[in-house]
Amino acid sequence: MAAKKQKEVHVKQKFSLQLMWKQRYLLLMSVPFLIWLIIFKYIPLWGWTMAFQEVKPATFSLPFFEREFVGFDNFITAFNDRLFDQTMINTIGISFLGIVLGTLSSIVFAVLLNELTFIRFKKITQTVSYLPHFVSWVIIASIAKNFFNDGGVIDTMFNKSFKLMSTNSPQIWLVIVLIDIWKEMGWNAIIYLSAIAGIDTGLYEAAKVDGANRFQRIWHITLPGIKPTAVVLTIMSIGSVLSVGMERQMLLSVPVVQEHTMVLSWFSYERGIGRNNYGLGTAIGMFQSLVGVVLLLIANKFASLIGESKLI
Amino acid sequence: MAKNSTKVMNRTKIQGFDIFLLIFFIFMLVITLYPFLNVLAISLNDSLDTVRNINFIIPRKFTWQNYVYVFEENNIIEPFVISVARTLVGTVVSMVCTSMLAYVLSRKDFYFNKLFTILFVLTMYVSGGLIPEYLLIKRTLNLGNNFLVYIIPGMIWVYNVILVRSYIEGLPMALQEAAKIDGANDAYIWARIVVPLCKPVNATVALFYAVGQWNSFMDTYLYAPKLQTLQYKLYAIMQQATQKIDPHSAQATTGRTVTPISVRMAVTIIATVPILIVYPFLQKYFVGGMTLGAVKD
Repeated sequence: MAAKKQKEVHVKQKFSLQLMWKQRYLLLMSVPFLIWLIIFKYIPLWGWTMAFQEVKPATFSLPFFEREFVGFDNFITAFNDRLFDQTMINTIGISFLGIVLGTLSSIVFAVLLNELTFIRFKKITQTVSYLPHFVSWVIIASIAKNFFNDGGVIDTMFNKSFKLMSTNSPQIWLVIVLIDIWKEMGWNAIIYLSAIAGIDTGLYEAAKVDGANRFQRIWHITLPGIKPTAVVLTIMSIGSVLSVGMERQMLLSVPVVQEHTMVLSWFSYERGIGRNNYGLGTAIGMFQSLVGVVLLLIANKFASLIGESKLI
Repeated sequence: MAKNSTKVMNRTKIQGFDIFLLIFFIFMLVITLYPFLNVLAISLNDSLDTVRNINFIIPRKFTWQNYVYVFEENNIIEPFVISVARTLVGTVVSMVCTSMLAYVLSRKDFYFNKLFTILFVLTMYVSGGLIPEYLLIKRTLNLGNNFLVYIIPGMIWVYNVILVRSYIEGLPMALQEAAKIDGANDAYIWARIVVPLCKPVNATVALFYAVGQWNSFMDTYLYAPKLQTLQYKLYAIMQQATQKIDPHSAQATTGRTVTPISVRMAVTIIATVPILIVYPFLQKYFVGGMTLGAVKD
């Protein structure tokens, strides 16, 4: 009875004080979080208005309308910054390298792991494979430096100075991406493994009967089976091409290579907080977010054009 | 019978590939574990001996000296306590908030259900970005070097709320309804009926928060460099090393032979061990959480 009544209620509800009183506990249990949300998520969004103002530490506490409005000046300053071009190249380069190598390695890892016939060993391998995912970037950086620094493990192993983390060239992108893959490959493979687990085993049986060998089964059944997952994940990552995290970049670079590890988020911080030009920093961050949204929409459109289901 | 024979045939055919896979994954295991073992070995090895050659995974000259030094001379206790405190307090606070909010958002009869859900989910896609957040926390709210900065701003992860909410929606409604007939209010139903039923998903989400808290570095770096966590301490030690501080300065002040690299490796291990301790739970619940997350919202 009660259930029925309730159903009727939430089909047609009108705002009334009576209803609010009836749901007072639900209100009490959610409104504080809504306030939190507005403060910590929506006020920073409003902060985007700073991109169109001249905001320095001294003028930050001024009321909104008393700050100087400068139109798109902050954006123009950002695009003309001597570091901007290199930063864009770094961001896009490291992103694409990461997406391509990261996706490929996760897929290969998942497919090969799925083929592994020693069940016990397979479990151990998978368990160990996502251990680095849970370790912080600071720790990873410490371990990586121990390995790749001048005189580190790799240098000692081959008795040669590779200067892997201190060569000021795009080579550092590859080093960072490889470290990232080392950290995340096993974890990222989980989603592909579950996609593989979702493939109808009847397909494999039928292929076997038809005489398909193992590689043919991988090529014609497993890979098409994980294609939708791969497409969706790639689209999502294209949306975040410009939002390479500052934490990883900062921790894995030594000052010598910063020219090639600087990415947009870091640049925004460097100009906004490091140089105390809040308006400029916000403009860079806003540019990064907006380009991300546009890229996501384009990729989504593209996905529906090539016949994959739309993401959003 | 026929099926059996094809199976056997296949197996003999593919043995080469199986061996290849075995070797490949042993190689992967080595690549994954070697760096950790190497760090552990360095942290347990005599400092001066390490300088000779750092490529080993079994301590050549075993010693606890590096750890003793780190605890006695390197002020590691305070960062450790702060890291533990933020992990415990942060996880508990986040869990209570997440569970409460998820329950309310699972109640389809709640008048503001749709509106609140949209407001929360929207923030997963757009955020103000680093500078506005920094200014809000540091200038407007003045939370710099305040312990609350570790707890409040990252209190709720909307992703986790959605996880818990879909779990609650999957629970049988009968118990909730029975309690309602008995006159229980919504807060009581949440605390006494929903929360106990949510144990698996709560475990997953609590681990998400706990690992996030333990591993968090940027908030200390940006807002609270005076409230050093273990992660930040390790970062600071790394910075010192790159600034080429005299490797034997430690020796000069304490009479102990401890080099920066040994110190760094000991701190690295101290920061990693808690993750290793919860790792069996992590991998049990996280993978579950990962597939839970795949449930379409």
